[in-house]
Amino acid sequence: MARVVVDVMPKPEILDPQGKAVLGALPRLGFSGVTDVRQGKRFELEIDGEITDAVLAEVEKMAETLLSNPVIENYAVRVEDSVAAEAAR
Amino acid sequence: MKIGVVTFPGSLDEVDAQRAVTLGGHEAVALWHGDHDLRGVDAVILPGGFSYGDYLRCGAISRFSPVMTEVIEAAGKGMPVLGICNGFQILCESHLLPGALIRNDHRKFVCRDQRLRIENTSTAWTTAYDEGAEITIVLKNGEGGFVADADTLDRLEGEGRVVARYLDVNPNGSLRDIAGITNERGNVVGLMPHPEHAVEDLTGAGTDGLGFFTSILESTFA
Repeated sequence: MARVVVDVMPKPEILDPQGKAVLGALPRLGFSGVTDVRQGKRFELEIDGEITDAVLAEVEKMAETLLSNPVIENYAVRVEDSVAAEAAR
Repeated sequence: MKIGVVTFPGSLDEVDAQRAVTLGGHEAVALWHGDHDLRGVDAVILPGGFSYGDYLRCGAISRFSPVMTEVIEAAGKGMPVLGICNGFQILCESHLLPGALIRNDHRKFVCRDQRLRIENTSTAWTTAYDEGAEITIVLKNGEGGFVADADTLDRLEGEGRVVARYLDVNPNGSLRDIAGITNERGNVVGLMPHPEHAVEDLTGAGTDGLGFFTSILESTFA
């Protein structure tokens, strides 16, 4: 089993009201120094078998078709190091 | 004419839409998201609501419903399709219409009687209106901000594909006050406010919305 992570973020030019809400809440809680917040989504895909180029191409297709809307969002696909992933648990 | 109204899991306004279709002088046909079947209808309405709980993105899951295969194919052949609110979101996710709808810029759900200007009266759904008609219908959305890149917006305006624009206030941050758009052919229309809630004097903001449900007949026999 291996994990592929897809990060989806609103495009820089697209307004991100949720990020703005978080940005507004931080100073109210006493946190300072944050000048901007963008909120996105992280998908963790558990993949059966080895991560090959073909598998990654397939994940790219998933990201483009369903996980993101290319009109308003960018995505990035990466394979998560399984050792690091286990340690993080 | 037979006008189908699709029910998705989480649709809210399909009954109002069916009622509006009937008041518009047509036969309303209930369509089911899980069927690969348009039941012989002449036009389709995708109603408002929160299909699939707005999970992932509004309309993103519904867009891949079995019935949408047939809707997209029929729309490509010229069948009139009207998407209201969540239906508009589904049409954008389906790429039948350009752009996308994002969370309201002020971050609150908005519910109000909204004044609009009808700017394109040649679509399948707007022939009953006079050019530039100002109407008031219900608006209710949390993610109604229409966005697209500048080129797309210029093209929509240049080709007269802005169907309706917000007047008085911009209720949700939609770019260039756009409330509704159409495709190149004029058979697919997406609209964020709800004409189906303004078809009877007894309730709602009046009867200004009825034109969306009577136009279809006029455009067919025109």
